[in-house]
Amino acid sequence: MAVLHTTNKSPLQTRDLESCLRLSRPGCGVLLIEDAVYGALAAGTTAATLTEAARQRRIYVLGPDLAARGFTAEQLIPGVEVVDYGGFVDLAVEYHHVQAWI
Amino acid sequence: MSEEREGGAGQVKRFMIVNRKAPYGTIYALESLEVVLIGAAFDQDVSLVFLDDGVYQLKKGQRTQGIGQKNFSSTYRALADYDVEKLYVERESLEARGLTVDDLLVPVEVLGSAELGALMERQDVVLAF
Repeated sequence: MAVLHTTNKSPLQTRDLESCLRLSRPGCGVLLIEDAVYGALAAGTTAATLTEAARQRRIYVLGPDLAARGFTAEQLIPGVEVVDYGGFVDLAVEYHHVQAWI
Repeated sequence: MSEEREGGAGQVKRFMIVNRKAPYGTIYALESLEVVLIGAAFDQDVSLVFLDDGVYQLKKGQRTQGIGQKNFSSTYRALADYDVEKLYVERESLEARGLTVDDLLVPVEVLGSAELGALMERQDVVLAF
């Protein structure tokens, strides 16, 4: 019963991502949207945490939110998958349910 | 009614606008710009500070077509036309995010926390966004 977790806040402003990663189970998906996309940047402070989490989870970033903030897929930590809005819908269907960390 | 009120026409105050939020995720960055332009319209001494996630407001290459929001990042480049030329970025915030001045879309003065704190103390009004 894999869950898709979503988080939308910058990891430097709230601890939502940290809680999401702590409570999410191996095999689940974590989709970073809106200001949460900063959390997946290789140069950012949460890169190591997310890289570790990605060993047992699939990490996704919403592409339009990344582009709006001036970053590209090449600047993300390795293994992160970029999806568009259609991909977001596909993930919501693919996983058992969606849990938002807001 | 004839006496001139304190703070009336002609008085210039030092306004510092402190930006601590990333753009687009919340409305703060855009609202801050509105206040900056109003301050400039009233010929006030306006300076801007970008710290914490606020430094992301100045990131080059923002493309917002995909999220259906106005890309207001070009406004920062136009601020000089309104005589708003004092833009400060906190060094610690920039470094924590792996950014350098080359990643920013406008020339800024990079200051350490101590210098920035001292500058804040010298303002008449500090508005936080």
